[in-house]
Amino acid sequence: MNEGSGALQLVLSGDPALYNIVRLSLVVSLSAVALAALIGMPLGGLVALTRFPGRALLIVILNAFMGLPPVVVGLAVFLLLSRSGPLGSFGLLFTPTAMVIAQAVLITPIIAALTRQSVEDLWVEYRDELNAMGVKPFARLITLLYDARVALVTVLLAGFGRAAAEVGAVMIVGGNINGFTRVMTTSIALETSKGDLPLAMGLGLILITIVFAINASAWGLRLYAERRIG
Amino acid sequence: MSDLPIKLSHVSFSAAATPILRGIDLVLRAGAPTFLMGPNGSGKTTLLRFLMGLMTPTSGTIEWNGSHDPAPRRRAMVFQHPVLLRRSVAANLLYALEQAGIEKSQQDKNCTQLLELVGLVDLADRPARRLSGGERQKLAFARALARSPELLILDEPTASLDPSATLAIEQLIARAADEGIKIVIASHDLGQARRLAGDIVFLHRGQILETTSAVSFFQRAQTEQAEKFLRGDLIIER
Amino acid sequence: MNFLKIVFTATALSLATFSSVCAQDKTITIASTTSTQDSGLFNHLLPAFKAKTGIDVKVIAQGTGQALDTARRGDADVVFVHAKSAEEKFLAEGFGVKRLDVMYNDFVLIGPASDPAGVKGSKDIVASLKAIKAKAAPFVSRGDKSGTHLAELDLWKAAGLDPAGGKADWYKEIGQGMGAALNTAKAMGAYLLSDRATWISFKGKDGLAIAVEGDTRLFNQYGVMLVNPAKHPHVKVALGQAFVDYVLSAEGQKVIADYKIEGQQLFFPNANK
Repeated sequence: MNEGSGALQLVLSGDPALYNIVRLSLVVSLSAVALAALIGMPLGGLVALTRFPGRALLIVILNAFMGLPPVVVGLAVFLLLSRSGPLGSFGLLFTPTAMVIAQAVLITPIIAALTRQSVEDLWVEYRDELNAMGVKPFARLITLLYDARVALVTVLLAGFGRAAAEVGAVMIVGGNINGFTRVMTTSIALETSKGDLPLAMGLGLILITIVFAINASAWGLRLYAERRIG
Repeated sequence: MSDLPIKLSHVSFSAAATPILRGIDLVLRAGAPTFLMGPNGSGKTTLLRFLMGLMTPTSGTIEWNGSHDPAPRRRAMVFQHPVLLRRSVAANLLYALEQAGIEKSQQDKNCTQLLELVGLVDLADRPARRLSGGERQKLAFARALARSPELLILDEPTASLDPSATLAIEQLIARAADEGIKIVIASHDLGQARRLAGDIVFLHRGQILETTSAVSFFQRAQTEQAEKFLRGDLIIER
Repeated sequence: MNFLKIVFTATALSLATFSSVCAQDKTITIASTTSTQDSGLFNHLLPAFKAKTGIDVKVIAQGTGQALDTARRGDADVVFVHAKSAEEKFLAEGFGVKRLDVMYNDFVLIGPASDPAGVKGSKDIVASLKAIKAKAAPFVSRGDKSGTHLAELDLWKAAGLDPAGGKADWYKEIGQGMGAALNTAKAMGAYLLSDRATWISFKGKDGLAIAVEGDTRLFNQYGVMLVNPAKHPHVKVALGQAFVDYVLSAEGQKVIADYKIEGQQLFFPNANK
């Protein structure tokens, strides 16, 4: 196929612009995953282990927000970061930082909701043992997050997949600026709009390949960890 | 701070309107191993969980050395199906030592001693969840000892083990008892009770029918249900 | 807790990377139109500007209406768009300092090669639109308040027609950029109005052709404005003005005139000195 050979040529040519776009995609989405994990994992763990009024509602909200529309998240972050918005003075709009924030907002509910599920399942299994060892609530949270680590790798992957694939949020808050905020998905949208469908498709294949490679290595890691950890 | 004696006063517990334990009065003091005996469903495991402070009774009170705080201080428990952490054998012990408040500088030394005690030195780096049934039970036993307990609660510790593993666990129990640790075991293994028990609490349908020394229990049980239990009959009627 | 440590370190590192990216401050942000970006003009113009002044330019390519809104919010230093009436409104609201003509190109009516409305070769855009309406031939409208969209609406008005208000089923408002509109028109066998620059640089022309061109009513003027620092004090006045001055200078005007695709000049500089 035309499209496939186009993509292959792109990769083989080692085009620095393409390399930068791929690199920025990875940096933005991985940073968003890291930021979302930093917030979402403790949050999910806390919700799993504590009882408070409104907990059920919070769980429903987290689960529902797993399907947040990227373009809505993008718009909300845009309005916050715009010079006329409440956080405008930081001048973050149309920067990679803004893209990280938008993607982190998008996937924090995913990471929190899936973490809550994993931790709660593990808590059912561990509850008696940990109580018998007199484990305090904070240590309990750390223990469960750590012992759920294999499952949490999958949680991170789910977040990464969502972040790397979305175009709506990064387009709005990043502005698709050539060489600065242009990532794989916005490039694909741009090339599509320029009518260069083979190039757009080629970029799409590269993106899919990258996501596939990351998933494959994470899966390999998981198999290895399961053999090691049991 | 000590956890003994444990005093249960009129402890009852129901789950979904089904009575599990009824009017339990029991005092456990330091001394020879106490065996909780009785047929399946008589409430042995539930009673152990009360002793450990893992559950709150529907009515009645439990005191650990005069305190109502259920947080374990100097007691530990080995469950019938121990749940091991998803870490190495040594890491499981280090974790228990850490949670028991053992100083960092002491943890490695204690860990090695415990591994030697239960014979798991060679498996120290093995993932705990990959151990065999007997090895798991040994690790769970070592983990309980990591808390340097004065009371050790064991729920059917050898129920699914082969004879050699059973022997190893029984030796560990006897040794712990010799060192002055109060042992409470739920078991319906009569042979094991004959070998290890100092006294017997006989449970039937959620009630304590007999509390007596092992010697007198095996010589001449006081109740008809205990007689039948000792004969190995199925006890069905009230 | 190695795992948590890794997560934390990754976050710290990436945030550090970004702050260093943000630290280089000789950059301006220009809100411009999809036609200037998609046609490749900026890829030609900005390196020359950077070589001369050392200033980096970040371009947000949007429809003219959205580009002006971006500037209204203070998220750009300069606007470079093509809808004179909307630009003058922006100026009147006080968001711009001064509007200056830079260059022009023209609009062309693109249609399917089969030409169902029979307008091919016409030099009368108004008569052609009437013919399209009469045949109810499919027509794709940008529908995004871009300069091209506003120009298209003006032409329908000149023809005495209002398909956008009349819910005509042959008239499709897609609310997307020029390239997307061209893709859509191609797929639907529809007519549409495009700026010539985007059309020339568009890669998927087959099946489409120019139907109408050369009417003076298809003239398309681009203007440049510095965003008013009185409204948005953070606007980089000196750097933004440097860009405005450059595109109006003889040198900048020549760079614009020199930009060609397949031998065709796309933009015609017409700054008034």
